[in-house]
Amino acid sequence: MQFKSDNPDLYPILDSLQVFNTYSSVWFSAIYLLLFISLIGCIIPRTRHHLAALRTRPPRTPARLERLTGFTSITATADAATALDTGAALLKRQGYRIERFDGSVSAERGYLRETGNLVFHTALVGVLVAVGFGGGFGFSGQRVVVEGQKFVNVLGDYDSFNPGRFFSTDALTPYRLELDSFDVTYETENKNAIGLPTYFSANVDTTDADGNTDTASIKVNSPLSIGNSEVYLLGNGYAPVLTVRDPEGKVVWTDEVPFLPQDAQLTSVGIIKVPDGLAEQVGMIGLFYPTVKTLESGALASTFPDLNDPMLTLRVYTGDLGLDAGIPRSVYALDPAGLGLTAIAGGDADVESLQLGIGDTVEIPGGLGTIEMSEVKRFASFDVHHDPSQLWVLGFAILILGGLLTGLFVPRRRVWIKVKQQDDGQVVLEYAGLARGEDPGLENAVTDIAAKHSQQLGLKLNS
Amino acid sequence: MTELFETYSVIAVYSALAVYTLAFIAFTLDLAQRSAPAGQITTRSGVVASASGGRATALLERLATDAPPTGYGSGKPSLPLRLAMGFTVVAWLLHVAAAVLRGLAAERVPWANMFEFSLTATAIVVGVFLASQFWQDLRFLGVYITGFVILLLGIASVNFYVPISPLPQSLQSAWLVIHVFVASLGTGFFAIGAGLSVAQLFQARRESTGAGPRFLATLPSAATLENLAYRVILVGFVFWTFTLIAGAIWAERAWGRYWGWDTKEVWTFIIWTIFAGYIHARATRGWRGSRSAWLAVVGFSAVMFNFTIVNLFFKGLHTYSGL
Repeated sequence: MQFKSDNPDLYPILDSLQVFNTYSSVWFSAIYLLLFISLIGCIIPRTRHHLAALRTRPPRTPARLERLTGFTSITATADAATALDTGAALLKRQGYRIERFDGSVSAERGYLRETGNLVFHTALVGVLVAVGFGGGFGFSGQRVVVEGQKFVNVLGDYDSFNPGRFFSTDALTPYRLELDSFDVTYETENKNAIGLPTYFSANVDTTDADGNTDTASIKVNSPLSIGNSEVYLLGNGYAPVLTVRDPEGKVVWTDEVPFLPQDAQLTSVGIIKVPDGLAEQVGMIGLFYPTVKTLESGALASTFPDLNDPMLTLRVYTGDLGLDAGIPRSVYALDPAGLGLTAIAGGDADVESLQLGIGDTVEIPGGLGTIEMSEVKRFASFDVHHDPSQLWVLGFAILILGGLLTGLFVPRRRVWIKVKQQDDGQVVLEYAGLARGEDPGLENAVTDIAAKHSQQLGLKLNS
Repeated sequence: MTELFETYSVIAVYSALAVYTLAFIAFTLDLAQRSAPAGQITTRSGVVASASGGRATALLERLATDAPPTGYGSGKPSLPLRLAMGFTVVAWLLHVAAAVLRGLAAERVPWANMFEFSLTATAIVVGVFLASQFWQDLRFLGVYITGFVILLLGIASVNFYVPISPLPQSLQSAWLVIHVFVASLGTGFFAIGAGLSVAQLFQARRESTGAGPRFLATLPSAATLENLAYRVILVGFVFWTFTLIAGAIWAERAWGRYWGWDTKEVWTFIIWTIFAGYIHARATRGWRGSRSAWLAVVGFSAVMFNFTIVNLFFKGLHTYSGL
């Protein structure tokens, strides 16, 4: 949307071309539907043709073999019938389908080439169908869980949820996850990568529909399979536990607020909204530094992502937070200017931003009350997926690869052996091949057959 | 230990670059020599310094005026060509040593950031080039392959170098080994295929108009080059298909979906489509010959775009360049 304000003239043109949602646009759909139709239009007649070819015997031997690939002619003293028999047996052993004609053998092999080709193209269609099916009946949902919190797999317990077109709530199998602890290891020894996280693990207690409990670790590259869905670890961060009290010391608001990480050192931003209990509605924008350092400019920064010296700073605003107007508002956003809020600490206010370490309680300016940061927990954000066609996609993908290998590398060829009886009692043996499709090895194959055949005949004749 | 190996690895990279440069020069000399009209000096061994006094003698050989131009794979190769192949083998051994040392230093596979991708992928490209000599004499691609590797490895060593750092958890997977390695292998085959296709385009022009450098006369015919390119690219295509599938399986484990229109995914798929088009073009009347050769060149350009521009400038989940 930044683009929209930067390019007010270009935006409507590009938008009408659906550039901003290409993968769901009309033209993109049209392209893949056309591809899909032409694929099917190609596969069906070819399959029919191939099925017929599979039942057809090898064709009649051409009258003249001389112009064909690998033509070899050998004159030898041999019995014509024996020569033909051994030739046929040799070809059969090499996987050829053979047909005897008068004075010749016609052979063909490599039907697997076309089979592989058809399997490849059919599997492509299979992948497209399975992907569409999975997208229609599956779902994905996201949920942020703070240490100690539970997540139940029902629609209302997700922070955001993207159902497929044909999704029904029956697809949600009941189970419960509780985030017991969240472990992170940061690199501390390699000077070039200090602070790089090398290990994350969300340790959860699970309870399934029958009440069976278990424990599991959800890691990157190692999702948890539970119910019919997979739970992925997407992200993590800090959730300071904050309590707001009124001037009398009565607790009016308390929460574990997930702060969203902004950089590699986990400088994080969080929003606090206290609509009730104080003299005015109070909104706060917090910056959390897990290991705080004051820069020369006086600004604060985090120097390490682990919780070594945490500091929370808060800008505080009063005014109508707009929560009662019935307009849905994100819990992760507060727009002081848009809502016309008044800054009472930080920003334009005369008072500096509030600063809290763990266990600190500070006054909210204007005698409104106090805020305390009692501890800092970690949170994990989970992505829950259900894709009923995933294994189908995998199966078709394997067929694609298998079909590709056979369709490209199995040679389809015809080979003929012709035996001509000469008047002087000798026979002329002729060999030749015909490539059907790419077949760079045909010539060698034919001369190899000729060599083997004459070797066999030689052995026979000597015995 | 880590720092020692890392240092040795860097030394090996720069040594390899130096020897590749020698190979490049020798390959170029060989091509230049082939451009000499038959009957003129065809073999000239470089200056041979005698051990005793530093006196230099140039050895000149003359061929009979009616001798045909020396072709590849026939007769004794010229001295520059033999030298070039020798340099390439030595450079490649240094190159592989650099990658292995880098891996030992990091205690993982040496392909986890842009520098390491370049280091290993170029080693694989040269490895495929050297291995292909056992199958066909493709030494005439030496200028192209060494030139390409010097550029890529040089830029990577000077501009993309990053010290060793541990793997982020998303890369801690067996798929890193398989997926990236097979992608690099596919790139190696596509590189050779593109080289053959470029040679084919020049050769086709010479065959129809007679234009072009004279050394083309010593190369295989355009039709032969086309067949070779096709066979090499087929292998590359199978590896690329596997890369896509392996990548999807890994993406499912790491990011929770097997396909998400990430920029790298999209580009890898575009490349797959281009080469699928190339393979179909071969079977289509009117698309054989130069047109399909152009497709192969476009396909390899897309591979290089995917490797460089997409890695460095596009935001996406595959941002592992480490820069």
